[in-house]
Amino acid sequence: MPTEWSPEMAAESRESLHQVHADPPLAETVSREVVVANSQGLHARPAERLAREARRWQSRIELVADSQRVDGKSILDVLTLAAEAGARLVVEATGPDAREALEAIGSLFDRNFNEHAGSQGT
Amino acid sequence: MKFSDFVATDAIRSHVDADTKEGVIREMGQALVDAGKIAAADFESIVKAIMKREDLGSTGIGRGVAVPHTKHPGVSRLVGTVAVSPEGIDFESLDGEPVQLFFLLVSPPDRPGDHLRALESISRQLRDEGFCKLLKAAKEPVDIQHLLEEADAHGVVS
Repeated sequence: MPTEWSPEMAAESRESLHQVHADPPLAETVSREVVVANSQGLHARPAERLAREARRWQSRIELVADSQRVDGKSILDVLTLAAEAGARLVVEATGPDAREALEAIGSLFDRNFNEHAGSQGT
Repeated sequence: MKFSDFVATDAIRSHVDADTKEGVIREMGQALVDAGKIAAADFESIVKAIMKREDLGSTGIGRGVAVPHTKHPGVSRLVGTVAVSPEGIDFESLDGEPVQLFFLLVSPPDRPGDHLRALESISRQLRDEGFCKLLKAAKEPVDIQHLLEEADAHGVVS
């Protein structure tokens, strides 16, 4: 960190403040592939769990499948993926808590949304 | 999947009398019985299964929309209907808002793909707020039918 103030620094910091607003330097994007393990696919209940988890984080959470990119915080968006069993998706998190968010969401998929093979799964 | 692939036109209701979650589910189930889409003998067990599913977590997906549903061996293909409660009903939705627009789905146990594609159609169209508003404002079942037909024909760009 600079210790002495100068007009150049002020200009610089204004500029970086502007950048913070537009694209926070802390906002890294991390991503990982997940697989829909549930035999029923990504139906209403897992979609709701996913959106609920995604909303806990400040970061932007997106799901990417083939040609579609949707907001992971919206159940409606998640449901439009109609991701069936075995579908591979990429989860992308961008923001100050991206890593933690990605880990939490990845683990939801890894745990198959706590659904069991024998559950009704509607 | 198009709305016309699963929505039973004769079972559409534009103004439900019910003011409770179970009430609206019963009313929509009865509408499917009256339309000949589910057997009267299956009515109680379908309502019970839908309520059991709601216990696992509300199907109120926000924006005043709910998609109560179940699988049931009494149907050989996906059937569904649409209902509107102009006053709104407390459905314990994710966003806490009352629900005005209901899509009820009953699918055969062995067709998870069809169920997913119906959810996809519903959610894709409902992302459009204008479409939601028009459906909720429908005065007659035929208005809902026309809106669904229009969405099927042209899609709704959201």
